[in-house]
Amino acid sequence: MTDTPAPRHIPDRLDKPLSSAIFSWEALLVIIAIAIFTVNSFASPYFLDPWSLSDLTFNFTEKGLIALAMALLIISGEIDLSVAAIVALASTMMGMAVQAGAGTPVLVAIGIVVGLGCGAFNGLLVTRLGLPSIVVTIGTMSLFRGIAFIILGDQAYKGYPESFAFFGQGYVWWVFSFELALFLVAALIYWFVLHRTSFGRRVFAIGNNPVACQFSGVRVGRIKFILFCLTGLMSGIASVLITSRLGSTRPSIAQGYELEAITMVVLGGVSILGGAGSILGVVLAAFIMGLVTFGLGLLNVPGIVMSIFIGLLLIIVIALPILWRRLREGRFA
Amino acid sequence: MDTTAQRKMETERPEPSGPSQSASPRLTLSGISKSFPGVRALHNVSLSLYPGQVTALIGENGAGKSTLVKIMTGIYQPDSGEISIDGQATTLPSAHAAFGHGITAIHQETVLFDDLSVAENIFLGHAPRTRLGTIDWRTMRKNAREVLETMRAGHIDADARLKDLGIANKHLVAVARAMSIDARIVIMDEPTAALSMKEIEELFLLIEFLKSEGKAVLFISHKFDEIYRIADRYTVFRDGEMVGEGLLKDTSQNEIVRMMVGRNVDHIFPRREPKIGAPVLSVSGLSHPTEFDDIGFELRKGEILGFYGLVGAGRSEVMQAIAGITRTSRGAISLDGQPIAPKSAADSIEAGIVYVPEERGKQGVVIGLPIFQNVSLPSLARTSKSGVLKLAEEFTLARSYTERLDLRASSLSQDVGTLSGGNQQKVVIAKWLATAPKVIILDEPTKGIDIGSKAAVHGFMAELVAQGLSVIMVSSELPEILGMSDRVVVMREGRVAATYDNKGLDAETLVRTAAGIAA
Repeated sequence: MTDTPAPRHIPDRLDKPLSSAIFSWEALLVIIAIAIFTVNSFASPYFLDPWSLSDLTFNFTEKGLIALAMALLIISGEIDLSVAAIVALASTMMGMAVQAGAGTPVLVAIGIVVGLGCGAFNGLLVTRLGLPSIVVTIGTMSLFRGIAFIILGDQAYKGYPESFAFFGQGYVWWVFSFELALFLVAALIYWFVLHRTSFGRRVFAIGNNPVACQFSGVRVGRIKFILFCLTGLMSGIASVLITSRLGSTRPSIAQGYELEAITMVVLGGVSILGGAGSILGVVLAAFIMGLVTFGLGLLNVPGIVMSIFIGLLLIIVIALPILWRRLREGRFA
Repeated sequence: MDTTAQRKMETERPEPSGPSQSASPRLTLSGISKSFPGVRALHNVSLSLYPGQVTALIGENGAGKSTLVKIMTGIYQPDSGEISIDGQATTLPSAHAAFGHGITAIHQETVLFDDLSVAENIFLGHAPRTRLGTIDWRTMRKNAREVLETMRAGHIDADARLKDLGIANKHLVAVARAMSIDARIVIMDEPTAALSMKEIEELFLLIEFLKSEGKAVLFISHKFDEIYRIADRYTVFRDGEMVGEGLLKDTSQNEIVRMMVGRNVDHIFPRREPKIGAPVLSVSGLSHPTEFDDIGFELRKGEILGFYGLVGAGRSEVMQAIAGITRTSRGAISLDGQPIAPKSAADSIEAGIVYVPEERGKQGVVIGLPIFQNVSLPSLARTSKSGVLKLAEEFTLARSYTERLDLRASSLSQDVGTLSGGNQQKVVIAKWLATAPKVIILDEPTKGIDIGSKAAVHGFMAELVAQGLSVIMVSSELPEILGMSDRVVVMREGRVAATYDNKGLDAETLVRTAAGIAA
């Protein structure tokens, strides 16, 4: 090795051309958000009112909280389809506790613990038994909501204490709701965890190559288990919020939330195949989803049409990033 | 032999043209250039392939060979340059178009379908149909058997799942596929990298057969003995440019090496003065239900212990057990006199044993992550504080190890997937060294990498043991085993067949022991 030239210096990173920032997925989302915002403000005279903008945020905060954890899970190459069912089961358990005379702190604890427990159950099935998460969580989706239906039938739990209403109906300052504040704080925490910690780094690595991660001493099973627990936890928190906002529990509560949360994640630029994505994208996507559904609501579009819209959006956002990448790589064959 | 495949071949009327005859080229690439962001992969290169001849494409890792193969198979489009087939200018806008021109590639890590049968793999995309348009399974099986028969590979069951076949037989299936589509240009990208000596001989017979059928063959290999055995012509690439071509019989090995590296390589293996100390790692009675039995050996400080054996002798499985990746049924491992029982790779890394796996793509690199994140992956606990990443430390760690290994990359933030095989291997080795281990197990560390990178890896191994590390090197390459090891353990069928001091040890002894032939 004596006759080899001195090793070349490799720079940390190259200066990226400005175009890569302009053509980033997040930039595209900002443009879309501004466009929809503009259209909405022309479509309805009520849209620009601070209070109606505040109402708008309730359209995405609960699903957005779930989407934050779901983003990490999807980046790691897994998925959880049972999140809405977890919301229903946690809400049902809170309802039962209310009948037994539980106070607000107990209710919140029950919501969170049930969510966490359901998430841990999913995580155990996936990591211990090595089952594919899509199958496991389709199963637990029916299981959790099934339990809620058995307990409630066509009844509804009501009579939540007045102080419990704060979580879904309260405001921290002026038009800023507790839900919005919680979502923004949670987004900051998730951003930090995903993009600034070694845990987040391992999540990305697992999504790209779980086998190489295992060989590299990354405890793949443990990290995936934690991610399922987090997703359950966020579903439990969402359950507290939605139950508090509605003031009642029916077994059909939060129906279809799993699709909306996944749509937010994918629209936010997270690869459905795992390994790539950003929290900023997911937050922007949550805002866009809120803007769109609220805009459609202002225009008196019926709920069934909205669900068609969500379905179409999900397909488009899964197809778009793939087409976008091909276009950028110049092999649009 | 009145088989379908045979008839197809006959209609082509191969002209038996030796290298001395100057036939017109079947495929000509001229003035080909291709750039990727930050990297100029190919600059104005040319290549000609002649019917009935084997052309060897030679170059270090990163010289642009893989890029050229991707251009020839329609996966990449060149930025400029011309492609002509049988003298007709053409383009290869897609893999399908290349396929249509009869261009087929057999890769080092075979890209076939593990869960399909041999027959399905051979005829995928051009299966015989019944009148209803459904797949004619019976004809397909019959044709598959015939094609395999023609290639003297009748021992392969056309109904077997591909995953149940060894790598050598998978290659045969890939060649059978090439035969079945009536391929006229066959590209072999390091086909011998994972084969045993006997399997390589079989492959060579097959290449001779392809030659006699008038196919134009491009043969990519790092092994000179193979190139001189099988190829007629050569083309040498260096740093994305063509630096020489001609007939092999007129060119010496040294001349080609000079073209490749641009300098003389005097000796491949570093000379070293081993300072061997006390035992570091000792293994006794290590057993696995199916893969290996009663394995015992000792590794001493500052030692390189070679593990030789045929493919399938259980060497990798033993190493993965020591590294905590596979479980064992019995046996004891101790490190520095302390018994250890690693239950995961994380445990053994913590203890100070690391395993650099053989399957670089599957087990080594995390494609999709940049170089520096690959290097820091097992060391994240050290490059972070209370779980919070410290990027500056990660870059420092990555830089110090990748530069020592002479990595060629435009930046440390480059996706490791955009690097050539040899450079990916450097990233993988850097990743493991960055954990500051006591024992490093290298499984086929120079498999499929060029002479320059090989020398870098060998030199680095010598440096490591000089610093007091202990190295286990699993290798199927005899020169590497003999050139690098202080002692050699030979494994056969899951057991330790013999352990030798590498003093006056000769290749024949090793081969005989590995194959179980009495002296």
